Formats: sequence, C-alpha cells, structure tokens
Amino acid sequence: MSPRAGQLVQLNPKTAPPFPEAAKADLRDTQLRRNVARATDTIQRKRGALVAEKTDWQALRDAGAAIRHEALANLDRYLLQFEESFQAAGGTVHWAANAAEANRIVLGILRERDAREVIKIKSMTTAEIGLNEFLEQHNVAAYETDLAELILQLGKDQPSHIVVPALHKNRQQVRDIFARTMGLPELSDDPEALTAAARQYLREKFLRVKTAICGANFLIAETGAVTIVESEGNGRMCLTLPETLIAVVGIEKVIPRFADLEVLLQTLPRSATGERMNPYNSIWSGVVPGDGPKDMHVVLLDNGRTRVLRDAIGRQTLQCIRCGACQNACPVYRQSGGHAYGSVYAGPIGAILTPQLEDMRHAQSLPFASSLCGACYEVCPVKINIPEVLVHLRSRVVDRGRRKLSSLFDQERAGMMMMAAIFANRRRYEAAQRLARTGQSTIHHGDAWYHWLPGMAGRWTETRDLAPLPQQTFREWWQQRGQQ
Amino acid sequence: MNGAVKSSRERVLERIRKANLKAAAPQESIPRDYDRTSSQTVDRTLALFEERLRDYDARIFAVRREEIAAKAAEILNAGNRRRIAVPAGLPAAWRAAGVEWIIDETANHELSFDVLNDVDGVMTAATAGVAVSGSIVLQHGPTEGRRVLTLLPDYHLCVIEAGQVVETLPEAFARLDPTRPVTFFSGPSATADIEMTRIKGVHGPRFLDVLLIQD
Repeated sequence: MSPRAGQLVQLNPKTAPPFPEAAKADLRDTQLRRNVARATDTIQRKRGALVAEKTDWQALRDAGAAIRHEALANLDRYLLQFEESFQAAGGTVHWAANAAEANRIVLGILRERDAREVIKIKSMTTAEIGLNEFLEQHNVAAYETDLAELILQLGKDQPSHIVVPALHKNRQQVRDIFARTMGLPELSDDPEALTAAARQYLREKFLRVKTAICGANFLIAETGAVTIVESEGNGRMCLTLPETLIAVVGIEKVIPRFADLEVLLQTLPRSATGERMNPYNSIWSGVVPGDGPKDMHVVLLDNGRTRVLRDAIGRQTLQCIRCGACQNACPVYRQSGGHAYGSVYAGPIGAILTPQLEDMRHAQSLPFASSLCGACYEVCPVKINIPEVLVHLRSRVVDRGRRKLSSLFDQERAGMMMMAAIFANRRRYEAAQRLARTGQSTIHHGDAWYHWLPGMAGRWTETRDLAPLPQQTFREWWQQRGQQ
Repeated sequence: MNGAVKSSRERVLERIRKANLKAAAPQESIPRDYDRTSSQTVDRTLALFEERLRDYDARIFAVRREEIAAKAAEILNAGNRRRIAVPAGLPAAWRAAGVEWIIDETANHELSFDVLNDVDGVMTAATAGVAVSGSIVLQHGPTEGRRVLTLLPDYHLCVIEAGQVVETLPEAFARLDPTRPVTFFSGPSATADIEMTRIKGVHGPRFLDVLLIQD
C-alpha cells in the first residue's frame, strides 16, 4: 500500500514538500518503484538501440541544439512571424503573461461559444497552469483523451512523467480504475482489453463534443503552423472533429523554419518513446478550408519563461523539447518516480525548470535532487547542459539564503566561512590538520571508517562512511623523505 | 490599445527583448551535417520501406499500375470489407466493381462523421513515403482527402508510388509543400501507456494495407 495512497497528490511547487521529504515517502512504495523501474528500463533500452543505428546522431543533436538556440536568441521576431502567418491562415493569437490570464482567455473563448464540455489532447502546459481544475470550478467539464491522462483523470491522480504520465500505474491498477469509473466490472487486466475499453469510452465524446484544447510540440514561425506529435490518434480526433480548437503553448516552443522539423522529428521520437517515428504527426496552420475546425486559437503563454530567458546559464532550459529522455536516464528519478518533484515537470528537466519558473522562491530543494552524474546531458537531444544549470541554481539558492539576516547564525554558513579562511593560508591549513588529528585521537583509534558523526557532520554519515584522517599527510611524508 | 495600459502581448515581447539584450549571440548558421541524401540504391530503399512497414504489422503489396483496381478489390473482399470511403479525386480506374465505393465529395457534400465512423475502410493515395521510419505522408490533396477521412474508419488501404518513397526524413521534407496541412503516419495507431506494452489501434485506423506501385 502506498504511504500516500488515498491522499490526492498535488503537483503545486508552491505548496509541495521539499524533495527529500516527498521522496522518502514514495521510496517506501515498492509497487511504484517496480513500475517506474520497469517503464524507464524499457524506454532506455529501446532508445539506446535506435540511437546506436543512427550514425549521424551527434550531428542531429548539434543541429537540434542550434535550431532551438537560434529560436530563443530571436524569440520576439519568431513569435511575431508566427502570429502573422497563423492569423493570415485564419487563426487567432492571444498572449498570456501568466497562468491566470491564460485560463481566463480559454474560459472566455469557451463562454462565447457556450461550450460546457471540452475534449483535451495531453498537454503539460495546461497541467502547469491548472486549466482542468480552473474549468471545473467554472462548470466546464474537460475530458482527457490520451490513454495515460485518462487513467490519471479517472483515478484522480497526477502525472509522474512527461511522456508516459501514468507509468507509475501497472495493468491491475489501471483495470481497477477503469472497472470502477466506466462501470465495467467484468473488465480484464489485459492491456489490449483496457485499450479497447478506452477506445469505446472516448469515441462517443470525440463525435459529440464540439470544442477541443491542446498544447503543441512546435510552432513554426515561417508557416504559422502548429505541430502535434502523438501515438494514439486521440490528437488527430481532437484537432479535426471539433468546430473550435484552442492550443495553449509556451512561448519557447517556436522554431524558425518548416524544414527544422526534419531534425527534431528524428530526435524527438527516438528520445521520447524509443521509436523511429511515433505513429502520428500533424502539422497545419490556422483554419484549413473544408477540413477540420473553423475556429482555431493559439494562446501564447509566458508564465515565468521570460524570467528564465534572463539568466545567461539558466536560459538553455527553454531549449527543451519535452522528450523525457533525461528522466529515464536519471538515477534519482528512476528511484523516486515523478511525484516527489512536486511539479508536473519531474526528473532532471523539472529540477532545473520548476525552480526557475518559480523565480527561485519555491522548489529550492530540486537543484539538489541530483548526483550530477551527467547522464541527462548525454541523452539530451538538444544538448541542454543540465548538470551545469543544476550547479548554477544551487549557487543561486545558497546566495538567496545568504541575503537573509538569519543566515549569520547558520551552522553551514559559519562552517563554510571557517573553511574558506583555513584554505586561504598554508600555515592555517597545516595547523588545522594537526589540531584535527589531535582531536581525532581522543575519539578514534586504528583505521576504522566513521559510520557516525555528531551534529551537522552527521548528515554526511547518514548515507556514507568517512575515512579517518591519516597519521601523516603527503606533505609531511615528502618533507621527511627529503631529510633522509 | 491606449498608451497607459500595456497589453500582455507588449509586456511579454518587451520582457523577451530585455532578456535577449544581454544574452543573445549573433545569429549563427545551423550546422546541418546530418544525413540529408540517400546512401543506397532505389531497390534497397524500397526493401527497407517494406521491412519497416511490416515491423508495424502493416501489409504491403507490390503492384503494377494497371493492377491497382484488381488487387484492391481482392484485398478488400478477402477482408470482407464492403463499404469503402474514397476521396473524390481518387482515380476512378482504381475503383473496381464489387465494392461499394462511398465518395467524399467536397463543398458541402462531404460525408458526415457518422457515415465515416460506419464504413468498413478508406482507400487513398499518398504524398511521400520515408523508408527509414516506415512513414507515409499525406498532404490531403484531392487524391488523399481531408484529414478526418483517414482517421475515423478502422481500416486504411493506401496506394503509394515507388517514386514517392525516399530513404531519409530530410529528403521527404524537401518534397513537401509547407503551406498545406501534413499528416505523418507510421504504422497503425498505437499506445504503450500501460506497462510499455505496444498495443495496436487506439483511436486511429487499426489496420493498414499498402499498395506499392512499381512500374
């Protein structure tokens, strides 16, 4: 039984417990750990095989990184170009400075059309702004149509992975949710039967509901096109059957040219799901005459992104194309799962994106939720140097603390200041070594490692052993050797 | 918009410009050293295309142009698929007798979603094929039909010419018209959301057959 079972997981960085606290609870859930390990292992294995067969993989990464870098460096120009081309194709563009404004814009469009129900394509951006909850408060029912999102919505759960949001649930758990909520007591736990149940359940909604909401994988400045990358066909249903379609898209999702997709559509599916190509990609601009919605909107969302852009090191975070490869590769995520990150963006990318979106006011524990092993950087298809950003954000967290008056009495800070003074001067350093050795001799004998230390130093020995100070330092040995 | 109250559009653009003042590097050219042309013969490209489609459990049949109608009828009859939707622009010569062809006319005479949901399948042409990923690209012209036509039916019979098949994705992009809508499909719709087990056919067509025209 999950220690947090029965309790609704809330992924709000403003109220979430610090990572170590949340992770400790989730680590006791052995079922969750088995499910996460199984899913991440499978994707990693498939990804590895497909990347190995691409002899031009590094060249694709270089091109992908350059495309995303160029888009961000000229973001104002490309957004305006997108707006112009999209509106020329019959669409409408809205700009939202924050989550509240984006939610209001969407509700306004729905109210004008008297829409009480919407069908949704999986979108991390609408999860980020809490759109479903907002719509519910205003009496609009939002139906998730991605299989994983449907599992989460019916099970009153939250996403734990960017690409496979319900990977923490296994087939029996999915069966129980569907059997209960769809009224199918005889349902088996065969994935094929579960998928067929979802197809049946959603087909009626696809044919009936006249308004849809989606995100976007890419916006193309040159042609004003929206790109949706998906597997199940629920995306195509939502973007062709309804009369009105609203896309909520982060401003960083724009790419300069149509042809840039020839790079990103090679790296994204291989990195995300370990496929040479995902089953469906849709690319179109505005309103297509005689084909699909007659009313199409894009809501361009800032919500902290321009703040991230201001940070010279942190801004590369916005290059992300949401493939989730860093999550599957991360030794921390693979143990903890996604919920402990307290945000819809989990894993290494979440550890750098969430605190920056929150202006370093919340989620301050996340940059420390990493061993800095660099696996995330290695697999990133657009070469975001995640370890570099993690270290940079750690220093921003510490600097923030330093500005507070109470930090004058902080043990860690006092210790660091003392260490700085000792390391700055050779004689002080050698005196400190002698002093520490004398101190050690009163509590420690022989070569045994420390398994326990008192006070703050105990934080180290909680998870690691510490070697005792040697009886002779290298310098002492060297000097002695010279005298002989 | 009056001068006193700034719109969110102006505010966001202003923040971007401010942020980019410090950080923006001069525009650089994109290094495109990845494979952009084919490295193999046409025959090997076609063989790879077939192999990759079969990986997706699609069936593929090589035909000569004059055999299309007969082969299509044979496949459809063998699968007991009687009522088949087609876009209005599909060559009439491809529609053999013995199958009930339901034509999706344009300009307010198009088929309703209920009719499309009810047919046994759909038959269309295509714009391009990508061998490496076993993908077929539609640009929804008169022979391919509007996007919903190849979405609601459970079965798709797709006719593609050998000359439309390229090896790599960049070669395919070079052939596409950026101003038209694009749909890529790679095998039947699928999900791996439950325990990473690939399940064929969630919402899109569950069955795909391909006729490859080789003259």
